[in-house]
Amino acid sequence: MTGDVAVLGAGMHPWGKWGRSFVEYGTAAARAALADAGVDWRDVGSVVGADTVRGGYPGYVAGATFAKALGWQGARVTSVYAACASGAQAIGTARAQILSGLADVVLVVGADAAPKGFFRPAGGDRQDDPDWLRFRVLGATNPTYFGLYARRRMATHGDTLADFARVKVKNAASGALNPNARYRKAVSAEEVAASAVVADPLRLLDICATSDGGAALVLSSMEFARRHGAADPVRIRAVSTVTPTYPNTVLDLPDIATDSAAGVRPEGPAFRSSIALAAYEEAGIGPDELSLAEVYDLSTALELQWYEDLGLCAEGEAAKLLRDGATAPGGRIPVNASGGLASFGEAVPAQAIAQVCELTWQLRGTAGARQVAGARVGITANQGLFGHGSSVVAVR
Amino acid sequence: MARTRTPVVADWFTGEGADFRLLGTRCSACSSVFFPREDGWCRNPGCAGGDLAEVPLSPRGRVWSYTDARYRPPEPYVSDRELPWQPYTLIAVELAAERLVVLGQGAPGVRVDDLAVGMEVEVLPGVLGEDGDEETGTAWTTWHWRPTGVAA
Repeated sequence: MTGDVAVLGAGMHPWGKWGRSFVEYGTAAARAALADAGVDWRDVGSVVGADTVRGGYPGYVAGATFAKALGWQGARVTSVYAACASGAQAIGTARAQILSGLADVVLVVGADAAPKGFFRPAGGDRQDDPDWLRFRVLGATNPTYFGLYARRRMATHGDTLADFARVKVKNAASGALNPNARYRKAVSAEEVAASAVVADPLRLLDICATSDGGAALVLSSMEFARRHGAADPVRIRAVSTVTPTYPNTVLDLPDIATDSAAGVRPEGPAFRSSIALAAYEEAGIGPDELSLAEVYDLSTALELQWYEDLGLCAEGEAAKLLRDGATAPGGRIPVNASGGLASFGEAVPAQAIAQVCELTWQLRGTAGARQVAGARVGITANQGLFGHGSSVVAVR
Repeated sequence: MARTRTPVVADWFTGEGADFRLLGTRCSACSSVFFPREDGWCRNPGCAGGDLAEVPLSPRGRVWSYTDARYRPPEPYVSDRELPWQPYTLIAVELAAERLVVLGQGAPGVRVDDLAVGMEVEVLPGVLGEDGDEETGTAWTTWHWRPTGVAA
């Protein structure tokens, strides 16, 4: 395939609440990815950093901060920000540079050091900023939206609190096997049910935490990979970074209202489905060919939503897919074999990169105790605030 | 003398009591409605661009979904940190004529147990919070949703 780029290396700094700088996490992840690739940092032609809004002057404008930390060597630099989708944008940028011949080897890095509790908007009195307004006018936190989606699924599809808890139980069991996960212990449905309600109907253990962490990838052209001795590397075959189409009729963070469908009838798939469809189309594969999926389980209920948006099952049938064990380890299509956000918590700009690290290890067959047997094709899915789609297809 | 009543955002709503309405804008060319209001240009990519006129939104709609805030939201949400946190509901309401969903807080006293997806609700004026003292302070006004047929 002419559109493939090789994943030469993947690396992470373990997720946690370490209380140190995001620069340290990103640099550790980058060094791990370079070592995994067997590539000297001085031979990297381009570095792409996924920015964090934290750490001052938005994440020290990330690409250059990581390049400086690794030691200035003159590489081309790019820094991208797309909220939760920042990592996919960084991967997409690296891929475009490689496919266009601008660079042979690109280092992609994302890292964050998250605050305790709810994410909050930047300070000041900013009446023109939708993200500021939703907090000021409604006190609508991220879990507010997760709660709305969860309740909507219960009403329209008959999902139950037990279904949501089942997602957490599944992901916690996988996370317990992942040395990079922040939470590495099994969780029972009873523990989910006993945790405090945060945004009805969701409880603390239904909602992902905010974490520190870093993830990095070394990507290259297929030609470079061959010369480098990587005869059969994991390959990235698609990167979907689509935006919604008007009218976007599903209430989305950070908006207070949807678009109106009064002037234009909505046509085609809703936004989240369109993210996956673009990835499938670009990769020339369909959901039936997937070995595994890593999806953005900001909440347990959202993981179920992704099953439908990725076409793993028909609309409304996600809870059945889960109950049947299809998305558990050993099932037809394991989802979040890494443990997902349920086990990691969210380190925003690192997260979409971490999803691809997991695909890389799974497709290489080196995922250890959480290995999905015979994994050949994987997809990631994620969505960034303000309308950033994010999905990556990797194959081997 | 009482606190000065000031809308938390200018020009998003108007009127008192039964005449209270959310305010959006409508494109004269394609009929798309915008809330929060768009005053600059129509965002329909297939529209050549018409004039945007202020339009009151339907006062009633149906619950698309709902949740609540069991923990105190961070700033810039304003709340008295000296008082115990009082959870409130958040209701996403589908307006049939405008074909859009608008989020809002539930009126004081509305609990999640009072709500159901598909239930009819109406908009009414409310107070988001107060700051300062009784004489010189501000009462920040907003919109609330409340199930219809519930006495004030």
